[in-house]
Amino acid sequence: MASNLVEMFNACLLWVTMILEDPSARVVLFGFPIRGHYFLEALLGVVIVILLSQKSFKPPKRPLTEQEIDELCEEWVPEPLIPPITEDMRHEPPVLESAAGPHTTVNGKDVVNFASANFLGLIGHEKLLESCTSALEKYGVGSCGPRGFYGTIDVHLDCEARISKFLGTPDSILYSYGLSTMFSTIPCFCKKGDIIVADEGVHWGIQNGLQLSRSTIVYFKHNDMESLRSTLEKIMTKYKRSKNLRRYIVAEGVYQNSGQIAPLDEIVKLKEKYRFRVILDESNSFGVLGCSGRGLAEHHGVPIEKIDVVTAAMGHALATEGGFCTGNARIIDYQRLSSSGYVFSASLPPYLASAAITAIDVIDQNPDMLVKLKQNIALLWKGLSDIKGMSLTSNPESPIVFLKLEKSSGSAKEDLLLLEKMADLALKEDSVLVVSSKRSFLDKCRLPVGIKLYVSAGHSESDLLIASESLKRLASELLKS
Amino acid sequence: MITIPYLTAVSTYFSYGLLFAFGQLRDYSRLLFDWWRTNNLQGYAPICLAHEDFYIRRLYHRIQDCFGRPISSAPDAWVDVVERVSNDNNKTLKRTTKTSRCLNLGSYNYLGFGSFDEYCTPRVIESLKKFSASTCSSRVDAGTTSVHAELEECVAKYVGQPAAIVCGMGYATNSAIIPVLIGKGGLIISDSLNHTSIVNGARGSGATIRVFQHNTPSHLEKVLKEQIAEGQPRTHRPWKKIIVVVEGIYSMEGEICHLPEIVSICKKYKAYVYLDEAHSIGAIGKTGRGVCELLGVDTADIDIMMGTFTKSFGSCGGYIAGSKDLIQYLKHHCPAHLYATSISTPSAQQIISAIQVILGEDGSNRGAQKLARIRENSNFFRAELQKMGFEVLGDNDSPVMPIMLYNPAKIPAFSRECLRENLAVVVVGFPATPLLLARARICISASHSREDLIKALQVISKAGDLTGIKYFPAAPKKQDEEKNGIKLD
Repeated sequence: MASNLVEMFNACLLWVTMILEDPSARVVLFGFPIRGHYFLEALLGVVIVILLSQKSFKPPKRPLTEQEIDELCEEWVPEPLIPPITEDMRHEPPVLESAAGPHTTVNGKDVVNFASANFLGLIGHEKLLESCTSALEKYGVGSCGPRGFYGTIDVHLDCEARISKFLGTPDSILYSYGLSTMFSTIPCFCKKGDIIVADEGVHWGIQNGLQLSRSTIVYFKHNDMESLRSTLEKIMTKYKRSKNLRRYIVAEGVYQNSGQIAPLDEIVKLKEKYRFRVILDESNSFGVLGCSGRGLAEHHGVPIEKIDVVTAAMGHALATEGGFCTGNARIIDYQRLSSSGYVFSASLPPYLASAAITAIDVIDQNPDMLVKLKQNIALLWKGLSDIKGMSLTSNPESPIVFLKLEKSSGSAKEDLLLLEKMADLALKEDSVLVVSSKRSFLDKCRLPVGIKLYVSAGHSESDLLIASESLKRLASELLKS
Repeated sequence: MITIPYLTAVSTYFSYGLLFAFGQLRDYSRLLFDWWRTNNLQGYAPICLAHEDFYIRRLYHRIQDCFGRPISSAPDAWVDVVERVSNDNNKTLKRTTKTSRCLNLGSYNYLGFGSFDEYCTPRVIESLKKFSASTCSSRVDAGTTSVHAELEECVAKYVGQPAAIVCGMGYATNSAIIPVLIGKGGLIISDSLNHTSIVNGARGSGATIRVFQHNTPSHLEKVLKEQIAEGQPRTHRPWKKIIVVVEGIYSMEGEICHLPEIVSICKKYKAYVYLDEAHSIGAIGKTGRGVCELLGVDTADIDIMMGTFTKSFGSCGGYIAGSKDLIQYLKHHCPAHLYATSISTPSAQQIISAIQVILGEDGSNRGAQKLARIRENSNFFRAELQKMGFEVLGDNDSPVMPIMLYNPAKIPAFSRECLRENLAVVVVGFPATPLLLARARICISASHSREDLIKALQVISKAGDLTGIKYFPAAPKKQDEEKNGIKLD
């Protein structure tokens, strides 16, 4: 039996060898005689290739059936659209019954108003009211269209030319809303991949613009030039190789959230050293700082060409609404087609644009308003210097006087409630209208909260005295811990 | 749905291709001639790379005179368009002192409040003298005047919701409200042709965004089912909430939204409805209350109603109307309410007066007349244009009617030809519309008289013949044939 098998095996082997050897016995390729075993190896190679090219085992996909989808839709319960309303959300703001000038009427009582950013006292100025009235009679109220589609009225073009002439820049562009100026300008120039270094205390409009631009954002400590320098240093070492990457520094002239003034001369030195561009928001410093009101650049003696983009909201010193952006011709031209808040929105009502032109004319002709404003700020500082429980943290030259709590209770919500109570009592008992900080949950700013007073050139000495006495009394009563 | 004729599509692609090729050629030649001139950027990255503003420099600048035309009078039915000249081939345009009086078919002046009005303007001037042009303060600080409080009540009553909040700019209303209502973990389903302000607000909120086919409720249902079943991307957790965003009238198509079907679908799947009535409030519906009144939808079914005052009320600003709790919550958290200057008091007074005129509370029936006139005008104009053979989009009753142009060369041709005959029209191309679908958009106003419209039709017909945009066959003049037949007999 065994020998039969062995014989059969040998016969098979001989047979296979003959098959393999036979056809190639006479083949000589490139000087090499081809042996039979090459065919076996070739066969093995083909088998290996087939096995490698097979897809790995995946469990079969089982999409959800219609019934399962319906069940999931039935079971799903959404959150309510808004969280339940708490008591502190029901707080009502004061309702004014007359113009928001240095004195106004609330609930029939005459009140000293430190809550309007009416820095030069232009609310109620007869020249402004005259120009508004004639514009209303000629153009009606609204402009009924975006700038590209017959919404450009000649007053808009005149206003842009007047702003450029006042500041000494080549061109400007008008926006119809102060808050939208920054969040439309920044995404226009900053795209995905660019680098922006911004102050941590910028207001919500700028934060929204930074978020919409999708660039890389790095914050530096509020108004701290050393922190800015080290941040710029770090970025330059990290992104050394990219030449087409745009780099920006974003800062405000006078910070809305703290009243500090940005040291523009140092920022410009750093910008020139590290090749960054500067975007500056001069909402609270336009018409206020500098000996003729031309803003932060004049205040620090920096030529305006060194700042690449200057934006401002006109709802502060100019006592009108809207905003503008100014800079060199290329930058402004580009915004006319790519800035979404300019292209897709109706233009500024013409009477507000003519009010802006008149306001700038008034500032140009009466520089003594600025002197009065500076005097008022100094008087208020003197009156509030010895307040207990709160400290003055704004810059002594800024028109926004900011008082922060010396001892915070730890939770921002508690502080906000306490400050709100203080502001309410100031209104009710002493007829002084001040601002307590408000923070939305969307606001990323973490600066300390406090009481803000907007000083105006229209305030008289007695107004400032009443305000400082009232705040001192309330601070000593409410902050007794 | 717009179905573009095959030949037109081919010729449009060819035109754009030619323009693109010429533009690239000019770019290269400029590079060649300028390479020896030193770049004065000195190490700064260029603020705008060459390919980013290629469209502006090579295509848009050629037809720049069709856009941004300044006017020097109120945007009424007849307007003074300022003439501009250019001595560097349309790259920069300078104003001249000459103006031409044109019929205005471009401004959003649906009810005719865009100019001096005998009831509204005296009240506006009075409020200006009392409250001045601006309050210089945000609403929560010292920016709420008695006029603002009255305005919010008035708007809420007019729209049919319990409460309303008003913001100084329509665009900012969307951008600032949507992030407050929904955040990461939520889903926003928006119509594919929604306005940029909604897109920006949705992006700023951090929620996931999905798009459904324009005005197709069946596709909305499909997307909703898929998304609820799948959950959040990657983690598959259930969505926190879903908001569906639609518009009342779509400004580039003139179509009215299929609101009843969409509301019933959203109710079935427990999604919240956000309705943007920028163009429809004050313009459609029997008493001007917008698309809800026109289509018979109960306002309590819509969670958030938003609108603007720029179009029908001749003012500026936007509003959100909803339940009392919603408005209270928004007043406490909305950034536009907390940080931005409040709406100018004279503008607020204009809105209140306009609403009073519309509702007839001023003692006359001018409001009802205006609403009837705009409906008549829109339907008449649209019917006549379609009879002439133009391709007109939009539904009946909608005052917005786009006329399709398609070809990029026809955009400036149509616009300039109309201006020569003293007719001011708006033309839109890429990027506001898809590349192939350029159009001229007509906005009818209640202050247009029948003679104005007939003149406009004559001019448009002539310009249409010259540019060849009558894509459909003109309706045969049946009445004339019958008359001839009778005469012969």
